[in-house]
Amino acid sequence: MAQTLYDKLWDLHEVGQREDGTSLLYIDRHLIHEVTSPQAFEGLKLAGREPWRISANIATPDHNVPTTNRKEGIEGIEDEVARLQVVTLDENCKDNNILQFDIHDRRQGIVHVVGPEQGLTLPGMTIVCGDSHTSTHGALATLSMGIGTSEVEHVLATQCLKTSKLKNMRIKISGELQSGVSPKDVTLAVIGKIGTAGGTGYAIEYAGSVIENMSIEGRMTVCNMAIEAGARAGLVAYDSVTEEYVKGRPFAPSGDLWTDAVCQWKTLVSDKDAKFDREIEIDGSLIAPQVTWGTSPEMVSDIDGLIPHPENESIEHALDYMNLEPGKKITDIQLDQVFIGSCTNSRIEDLREAAKILKGKKVSSSIKRAIVVPGSGLVSKQAVDEGLDTIFMDAGFEWRAPGCSMCLAMNPDQLGEGDHCASTSNRNFEGRQGYGGRTHLVSPSTAAASAVEGRFVDIREFMS
Amino acid sequence: MKNTSVFHKGLGVPLDRDNIDTDQIIPKQFLKSIKKSGFGPNLFDAWRYNDEGYPGQDSEMRVINENFILNNEKFKSSDILITKKNFGCGSSREHAVWSLMDYGFKAVIAESFADIFLNNCFNNGLLPIALTQSEIEILMELAEQGKEIEIDLENQIIFSDETQIATFEIDPFQKKCILEGLDEIGLSLTHSHQIKEFEKRRMSESPWIFNNLDTND
Repeated sequence: MAQTLYDKLWDLHEVGQREDGTSLLYIDRHLIHEVTSPQAFEGLKLAGREPWRISANIATPDHNVPTTNRKEGIEGIEDEVARLQVVTLDENCKDNNILQFDIHDRRQGIVHVVGPEQGLTLPGMTIVCGDSHTSTHGALATLSMGIGTSEVEHVLATQCLKTSKLKNMRIKISGELQSGVSPKDVTLAVIGKIGTAGGTGYAIEYAGSVIENMSIEGRMTVCNMAIEAGARAGLVAYDSVTEEYVKGRPFAPSGDLWTDAVCQWKTLVSDKDAKFDREIEIDGSLIAPQVTWGTSPEMVSDIDGLIPHPENESIEHALDYMNLEPGKKITDIQLDQVFIGSCTNSRIEDLREAAKILKGKKVSSSIKRAIVVPGSGLVSKQAVDEGLDTIFMDAGFEWRAPGCSMCLAMNPDQLGEGDHCASTSNRNFEGRQGYGGRTHLVSPSTAAASAVEGRFVDIREFMS
Repeated sequence: MKNTSVFHKGLGVPLDRDNIDTDQIIPKQFLKSIKKSGFGPNLFDAWRYNDEGYPGQDSEMRVINENFILNNEKFKSSDILITKKNFGCGSSREHAVWSLMDYGFKAVIAESFADIFLNNCFNNGLLPIALTQSEIEILMELAEQGKEIEIDLENQIIFSDETQIATFEIDPFQKKCILEGLDEIGLSLTHSHQIKEFEKRRMSESPWIFNNLDTND
């Protein structure tokens, strides 16, 4: 029978069913960070259990780490509570012999940037992490899902996730993107179309010419926000672009193993006649640069759109929080801060995209602060080698050390109350980037161009 | 019949909004804790208080947002949360469930739930019930009137004043989990042999997945 990519990955990993009808899905890779793991390790210890397969696990601190003063390492974390969490990760990794790219390691970074970069994320794998943006890794034809802390403990103890099969959805984005429109705009446009609960209960496979022509980094941006459409997993079929990306990564197979692996990976595509429970088609050539105006990622507009009139309590509340009037042009929103970073948009291509816009330009004097936070130590190094850090700093951006930073503002990088921020992150929830902060989700190029103008601009016009 | 199997009887509180995300349920500054308890005072922190919260604060000293429904005297002892679509969307933080339970909620009744949040509920014994929009409206009204809501989990029925308001679906095993608090890991480990056999096969078919991580840099 014809199968979808998701069906194939499921079959490759289903160990069997428990008495209750749920399945045990074997987990190839488990990514760990400091925020959602301490209670899991404690639970394991209290029950007298050990990790099932140590080498399946890889850890790095990312949520709490400061993006300044990194030479001081853990001692540089001023917040005592946050410091304890990072110390606890260190101890748990040491006690359990788990490999960690710690705060001093040049490979440290956002867990979802580090995995693919190191070749720890390989096609055909099942990958879980106590973080909802684990969907990112689906860009490499993996089945990757975010899990809660109880599930982290379960995976540590059994190497399996207890779960039920999801339904299949395919979103085909056909045609060709307009110049200036980036993967972030694609993923936001999808959420705008299906809503933040549109993908609940589904694994979403992104397909069509726009995805086929996209780099792996772009596909990661798209899959990263599958969870913002409600889907635990986003997926893209394996192709030559995937192969090229994985080849030569530190933990990727080599020699004969590489040949065998590629042979298997080539089957990681949906069969021609595979049936999807839901299919959506989007004309990629009609996608405009996107900007969110509300407090949910589905509250999104084309850059040349207007703030909508409230139809319900949720929108009314959102407009009130965002302090925006219905009918106002998106391009009339004045900005206070700009953030380029996060597991959505902190990879080298994202930084190149923004730097290209900023070269020879200055951040508007009305912007209080603009920061760029590379996704990992190695992304940062590459950017420095390419001279991107200089372009950013010359333009007036602060160049920071890697971490999640202002995406969720657990570390000191936070918006001020009432600040409007053009952010390349993934969530515009109330207070997400700081108490009373107002987040607008955009692509790296829109963030860069808007930093220059001090308000949102249409990147298509800005570039011409 | 209903009185023999009441899982919980209590007052409801309506939170009339779609897409309540886990960042609202428990803001990020409280995720720095390495414990599972103590999150109750910071549930819906940014909505409950008019000042910015931080870990370790004395919540008695804070500025209360009188307009937020949980602070309304009428709902002070409510322990059934009634809300709308896609409750618990966003971050996978299990702290959201821990904070709802620590506050005292025994059940959340909504039009729909986000996937990860739903799993987190069952893994901790917080009962999530999905009902239709019209049933939610009735329950919100009953909550407003201060009427007690009875949840009969065994028979999957919701009553108020001896009148049946709604029936609901729940997976039989998940029902058992809520009622008995099963050891999920222990249950899965009864399949250890099967997992080992599977692992052996996978190791021979795709050996590159099983490389030792400590050898590379």
